[in-house]
Amino acid sequence: MFDWPTFLFSLPLLGKALLITLQTSLLGNAIGFVIGTLIASMQLAKMPLLRRLGGSYIFIFRGVPLLVQLLVIYYLAPMFGLPNLPPMVAAIMALSLCSGAYIAEILRGGLLAIPSGQREAAHLLGMSRPAILLRVELPQAVQSTLPSLVNELVLLIKSSALVSVVGLADLTRVAQNLASSDYLFFQHYLVLAGIYCLINIPLTMFGRRLERHLERSLA
Amino acid sequence: MPLSLSPSTSPPAASNLEATPKGPDKASPIIHLSAVGKRFGNHQVLADINLSVHHSEVVCLIGPSGSGKSTLLRSMAFLEEYDEGEIHIEGRLLGWEIDDRGRRKHAGRTRLNQARRNLGIVFQQFNLWPHMTALGNVTEALVRVRGIKRNEAEKRAMEVLDKVGLAEKAKEYPARLSGGQQQRVAIARALAMEPKIMLFDEPTSALDPELVGEVLAVMKQLALEGMTMVVVTHEMGFAAQVADTVVFLDQGSIVTRGTPSEVFRDTQHPRLRQFLQNYLDRNAFWHTTTEQEN
Repeated sequence: MFDWPTFLFSLPLLGKALLITLQTSLLGNAIGFVIGTLIASMQLAKMPLLRRLGGSYIFIFRGVPLLVQLLVIYYLAPMFGLPNLPPMVAAIMALSLCSGAYIAEILRGGLLAIPSGQREAAHLLGMSRPAILLRVELPQAVQSTLPSLVNELVLLIKSSALVSVVGLADLTRVAQNLASSDYLFFQHYLVLAGIYCLINIPLTMFGRRLERHLERSLA
Repeated sequence: MPLSLSPSTSPPAASNLEATPKGPDKASPIIHLSAVGKRFGNHQVLADINLSVHHSEVVCLIGPSGSGKSTLLRSMAFLEEYDEGEIHIEGRLLGWEIDDRGRRKHAGRTRLNQARRNLGIVFQQFNLWPHMTALGNVTEALVRVRGIKRNEAEKRAMEVLDKVGLAEKAKEYPARLSGGQQQRVAIARALAMEPKIMLFDEPTSALDPELVGEVLAVMKQLALEGMTMVVVTHEMGFAAQVADTVVFLDQGSIVTRGTPSEVFRDTQHPRLRQFLQNYLDRNAFWHTTTEQEN
């Protein structure tokens, strides 16, 4: 049933692919968090133009499938006579832009839950907008939305399987290659499924610990 | 070089609304409101408010809810935009700028912050930041706004926390403090910025009756030390003991004002008497029981 020598032989390849998957999705999530923070605060700004811009961003990047976003970004540069973006860059760009839209919506909810008096107090003490966002609002928004943020990270790791379409040798692509070389489809895809599953364990644990840590300080 | 004035210019004293702030002139008011008004749509919330607050003066604003006393206090920090009249803080027009054509427009952020620099504000709901310790709450603006190094800011913050009697609670998060302690941290946070004027917006209204005293004690101490204070309050006892001036508002206007004894004992004003009678009735439990026994 299960061909152990083939499995052992495939491990180094899968290990390298795992690094690519983690690299794209973790970097994509980190940049997506920055984008999400910016977009969320734009949506809550007073200026109508900023609100509209933030809203449009979410409309586009949440509305278009990630796969399509990847393809558009990858094939955009040649339209202007430029060389293709390196696949890694295109992949990270697409993942950050897309997760940015979702994270923005999550954080917006968290920001809205903060009593406006806290903002007022900070404002009166002379704190600047960015300082209020980073020091007063964001830590609380992250704390209250942590389960959703971890959820978003898990989703992104799984979505990163799509980056294989721009030719990146991530986990899914490597498993496909292995399968098509020895026709052990079931075995390779079962291993692939197992790896994705295992990635979640440390993430979930990290999320729980962070939650508990924050709860303790605010209890 | 003498300033050349065009013939049409009015005398310099009256020509400039933003006359340079005078030095520590004890005689001129530190806050001056003239003909201040504000409306929400058709509803006139404040009308023709004239009020001066001098150095080291304690002014208590009293009145029924909806009388505009909180709106008035918040206007003094430009948290509410007054749309008629002028508020000057240390001679600076608050919140507005007059352009060349004599129209008013919003003052820039820096100007507004300059005017607010002298103000410390304490809210009914404390508004502490729950993710920072008491010490963190007091230190934050010192570091971010005044640019003081963290360890130095913490030293200063500890002094202020000690002043409100909470030095040993410095490392606690707000959620672990009682309401009275939270409000005292909020007072410390405002005091750390060394304001010249403290504004209090119903500082004890959200507190259990048993916790009111500790907050009022801190405020009394401040008044004794010569802090200029404007206090919106329902604590008539505090107003009677601490205020230099008590101002009674009703329906957005100042109905009457005076020293505590003028307002609380000698007034003949019917609306004020009715307002005060409510307090007497509510707090007369001892009196009533003895009467019933007779």
